Amino acid sequence: MCGIAGVFDPGGDLVDACVLDRMIDAVRHRGPDGRGTYIDGPLGFAHARLSIVDVAGGHQPMHNADRSLSIVFNGEIFNYVELRDDLERRGHRFRTSSDTEVILHAYAEKGAACVDEFNGQWAFALWDRRAQRLMLSRDRLGVRPLFYTRVGRRFVFASEIKALFRHPLVARELDLDALRQTFTFWSPLAPRTPFKGVFEVPAGHSAMVDVSGLDVFPYWRIDFSAPAEPLSDDACAEQLLALLQDATRIRLRADVPVGAYLSGGIDSTVVSTLAARCGHTQPHTFSVTFDEQEYDESAYQNEVAAFLGARHCAVRCSPQDIAGVFPDVVWHAERPLLRTAPAPLFLLSRLVRHHGFKVVLTGEGSDEMLGGYDIFKEAKIRAFCAARPCSRLRPLLFKRLYPYLKNVQAQSPAYLRTFFRADRDPSNLLTSHMPRWEMTAGLTRLLSAEVREAIEGRDPYEDVRESLPGDFAQWSGLARAQYLEAAALLPGYILSSQGDRVAMAHGVESRFPFLDHRIVEFAASLPARLKMKALNEKYILKRAAGHLIPRTVSRRRKQPYRAPDARCFVSSDRPRGTREYVDDLLSPATLARYGVFNPAAVAHLVARVRGAQTPAAKDDMGIVGVVSTQLLIDQFVGHFS
Amino acid sequence: MADTPNDRLRQQIRRFVIDSFLFGQDELTDDESFMDGGILDSTGVLQLVGFVEGTFAISVADDELVPANLDSVASVALFVQRKLSVPSSSAASVC
Repeated sequence: MCGIAGVFDPGGDLVDACVLDRMIDAVRHRGPDGRGTYIDGPLGFAHARLSIVDVAGGHQPMHNADRSLSIVFNGEIFNYVELRDDLERRGHRFRTSSDTEVILHAYAEKGAACVDEFNGQWAFALWDRRAQRLMLSRDRLGVRPLFYTRVGRRFVFASEIKALFRHPLVARELDLDALRQTFTFWSPLAPRTPFKGVFEVPAGHSAMVDVSGLDVFPYWRIDFSAPAEPLSDDACAEQLLALLQDATRIRLRADVPVGAYLSGGIDSTVVSTLAARCGHTQPHTFSVTFDEQEYDESAYQNEVAAFLGARHCAVRCSPQDIAGVFPDVVWHAERPLLRTAPAPLFLLSRLVRHHGFKVVLTGEGSDEMLGGYDIFKEAKIRAFCAARPCSRLRPLLFKRLYPYLKNVQAQSPAYLRTFFRADRDPSNLLTSHMPRWEMTAGLTRLLSAEVREAIEGRDPYEDVRESLPGDFAQWSGLARAQYLEAAALLPGYILSSQGDRVAMAHGVESRFPFLDHRIVEFAASLPARLKMKALNEKYILKRAAGHLIPRTVSRRRKQPYRAPDARCFVSSDRPRGTREYVDDLLSPATLARYGVFNPAAVAHLVARVRGAQTPAAKDDMGIVGVVSTQLLIDQFVGHFS
Repeated sequence: MADTPNDRLRQQIRRFVIDSFLFGQDELTDDESFMDGGILDSTGVLQLVGFVEGTFAISVADDELVPANLDSVASVALFVQRKLSVPSSSAASVC
């Protein structure tokens, strides 16, 4: 795991070494263990290394024997051992035991198609000197980040946007359409980023750059189009468990100790349990806890840790802690946030690093792939209601989704039907996500008149529709909802703001067994009934691995990961440092100076939240969205250094 | 021209919705859907009912909690007006 950066000036002059140094310095937190640069005429690479595999021999930039190929690589190819065996049989000779060198040889053997055989999480840039061509590639699900921009004919890329901004010719300007996307979908839709002219290589894509230009192309995409009917539930569960065990096994490959995050839910418990079955050492687990009971899962975490016999460490997180680190979180996330949930994970990675760990396993990806989220249940109930529009009983199922929301419990069947859009045109391909998106889009009313005018007339949902697979309309309701979740929120928020960025802030690499592409493809091929049996989420996972973990966890109701939001920033007991930065960012003068939000609208929102015992969900998101956007402007556009 | 009772009702309701769910400066048309516009979340419906009951001294029955009565400034005003003009014991739902 590392940070990478580079400049390619096709047909141009020698790349400036000082610029490369400045760029890689900006992502030094991703790789504090070593640094290297390489310049070959118009091509310059820089690398900040976090040593995990082949600590002694894996220095980068790395070259093949005749130096016709060079690479900077961030991530892991977990099946590098098997790939290396295969390449050696084909006559390739290796000088190191690193996965980085495997990429070089795989490219030499198969060209850009080499990534089809990789099982891992990667972002790399590979220089083919003979062809004078640069290849960039990003893993299938978008675990590792990779951004680029163009300045004239120069192509500039890096693991994080802040490194691009260290290039003297790269402009720093907010992209208002990306802002609108964020205040609808929770993140910009790739390849767009929060900054004008800065793009990301989308998940599952590679790119080629040479004198003729840039070509970004997909090499993989989640395909839910044709679920196969498996032989039996048992056979299916057995296959899932075997895949999960192997996905976990190869993710334990490291020359440093590997820890695990424990949320207290079924996914991280399964991963930690499977890891413990592979390992010979005592497991080491890490968790976030909260003072507030509604967010805290420490009872379950402690139970699982005791069950595993793990050495367990937890960081207790208060609203004051969240507000205190929030500027750092935004600096690392490099995008507006609508939730504070990344902040506790930032504190958690700090704890992990403090205990000397660089690698952790986590349970992310299970909810997306195996049908764990309530939004999927909503889609199922919606279809059930649509099948019999006159039924007064069917909408009552919506109440079962949110037993903890008193207001949902109090609503009539007719209102539930409307609130959850059960009467919407079923041919609307985005129906599953429209309630969430429309509710979030209500926050665009906070934007200034100038910004609203600039984005007016553009339909943000059209951006999503244009990106859908051709046969999307033929997919099942659950498949469509899963795709939208996996294509938008997973790479744009879960794996980014809540994943790579807050973990790598402290040089910690997260690994995700549930996102092994074999599991993703297997899960996509399962019929809906095996993912959600009636309204029982992740049924096949419980059937496959439920017997391996404590019953209290396998049978507990799913609790979404949440953290305190608005009150971190506007409550009366904020500590001094927080009070000052928040009050400044939300002051009419600063709001007017930055020009993105309407000061009167923000003042209205702040007053309402201050007066509320429990702010509405939308107001929570509004406060966090305004504070984070103001921080982003301050850090990246205003006072970037 | 003098405001009609329905106009005054609409103004009161619009003011409440803007204060409670929007951000003060917004324009809200009489027919804009609270649901489709992302204006009311799950807590909003009950807040709106609480406002209507408290302000106009009417009682909203469970089977009156339907979008036809409560999904826009115009529909709420019409609903309240109808409730005020009918003795509560014989109030009928509008669904």
